[in-house]
Amino acid sequence: MYDPTVARLTYRALLGRRRAAILFLLPGLLLLIATAVRVINGADDQVAADLLGGFALATMVPLIGVIAGTGAIGPEIDDGSIVYLLSKPVKRPTIIMTKLIVAIAVTMAFSAVPTLIAGFILNGNGQQVAVAYTVAALVASIAYSALFLLLGTISRHAVVIGLVYALVWEALFGSLIAGARTLSVQQWALALAEKVTGEGLISSDVALPTAAVLLVAVTLGATWFAGHKLRTLTLAGEE
Amino acid sequence: MSTLTIDHVSRWFGNVVAVNDVTMSIGPGVTGLLGPNGAGKSTLINMMGGFLDPSTGSVTLDGEPVWRNESVYRSIGVVPEREAMYDFLTGREFVVANAELQGLGAAEARKALATVEMEHAQDRKIATYSKGMRQRVKMASALVHEPSVLLLDEPFNGMDPRQRMQLMELLRRMGAEGRTVLFSSHILEEVEQLASHIEVIVAGRHAASGDFRRIRRLMTDRPHRYLIRSSDDRALAAALIADPSTAGIEVDVVEGGLRIQAVDFGRFTELLPQVARARGIRLLTVSPSDESLESVFSYLVAA
Repeated sequence: MYDPTVARLTYRALLGRRRAAILFLLPGLLLLIATAVRVINGADDQVAADLLGGFALATMVPLIGVIAGTGAIGPEIDDGSIVYLLSKPVKRPTIIMTKLIVAIAVTMAFSAVPTLIAGFILNGNGQQVAVAYTVAALVASIAYSALFLLLGTISRHAVVIGLVYALVWEALFGSLIAGARTLSVQQWALALAEKVTGEGLISSDVALPTAAVLLVAVTLGATWFAGHKLRTLTLAGEE
Repeated sequence: MSTLTIDHVSRWFGNVVAVNDVTMSIGPGVTGLLGPNGAGKSTLINMMGGFLDPSTGSVTLDGEPVWRNESVYRSIGVVPEREAMYDFLTGREFVVANAELQGLGAAEARKALATVEMEHAQDRKIATYSKGMRQRVKMASALVHEPSVLLLDEPFNGMDPRQRMQLMELLRRMGAEGRTVLFSSHILEEVEQLASHIEVIVAGRHAASGDFRRIRRLMTDRPHRYLIRSSDDRALAAALIADPSTAGIEVDVVEGGLRIQAVDFGRFTELLPQVARARGIRLLTVSPSDESLESVFSYLVAA
């Protein structure tokens, strides 16, 4: 279910494009803010939790997920170069699985790792805040990658839809409508973070068992559906 | 030796019928798929390559369906028309990747690059390649596993004459080796130079099939129309209509010339200058009025 050649092409395509700059920009910004807050404010568990929750998990992880998830396949389908993968005796689900693994790895590397470092800068992992949000970022990376890879497979407007989901649905509706929070990757990941850290620093609206089931279901469902769509992907002619 | 069989295949997109009940069989040797732009050639090639499912009918390679069957790509090589390829790779990296996806390696990639004579530029990024170089690297990627079937969509588009000759030579060689080579083109001369067998597609329909002499004859034996202006139109008209190669002449007052319908193309083209010379008439304009490829093709469909 993994093809090293597909992985290499995907990885180079992801990090070689201009939008890859955002991959470096957002974590850089997080580390900068974390350092500034620590220097000005000193170590504070609540501030650390707020910054990691409000910026790292709520903004940075989904944005990087959009870039890595849609970027792992969307541009290839758009410009037609996917034909060089499809015209090979390689199973289509293998192509999707490989691209998913690369997207997850990139999302984790550019979101979970900086989250951990920022957490240590902010309060030296006091009350396990850094580890909690890193776990949340790792888990969210998997679900976001699967979701946005599916989006990249089925829609030419994957980036826009992904951004709308990440920023409007999760951030805006999530803060206004309680129901929207149940259907939010961020809340599922928070349920895990809540388990890791102590006494009420982090809270999720979703119970852990529900969150775990939804995370697994969304990841598996999206990956299966993406594989299915790729099997029946038609490359329309130029005419 | 492989044979692609297209059996009563139609494909529509919404209300638009792109390919309409086409049945043909493509065997070893070089076959040209000829038709004007928008005739459905790419749609047909995409179905042969397994990238598009027929709305009805079936496409099989030696009895195996090509749609949703990745294993056929062990024997099919595809050269798509679209330019996009992995531009951030070098030519060598691209061909090696294609070889690896076929379960092969650098040795096969090197051989394919040598076949298309691209070794000199293989370490440059594809983004820097000219159209002809891209086309050759695409060829190398399709040849790397020595497929028995090669599908090429408008492979000569944008190539200069020398590159065109080289590619023709290569395809001819592959056909002679017993491979099944199919390429599409909207240019009769291209097809005529290369293909031993021609399939003509017009407006989604299979219009004609055969060797190029038969197709050429079908194309030239039709009535030809000309607009002719001369120093003495009426004298010329009288002389021409006396010969059986001309079926009708109209004096077009508005255009200030003669509209002539010739039934015997070869004879008429010899007759016209002889008649003019003998009568001391100067020919000012001789222009075929229906030589566009589309009209030639539509004649074929009617035939």
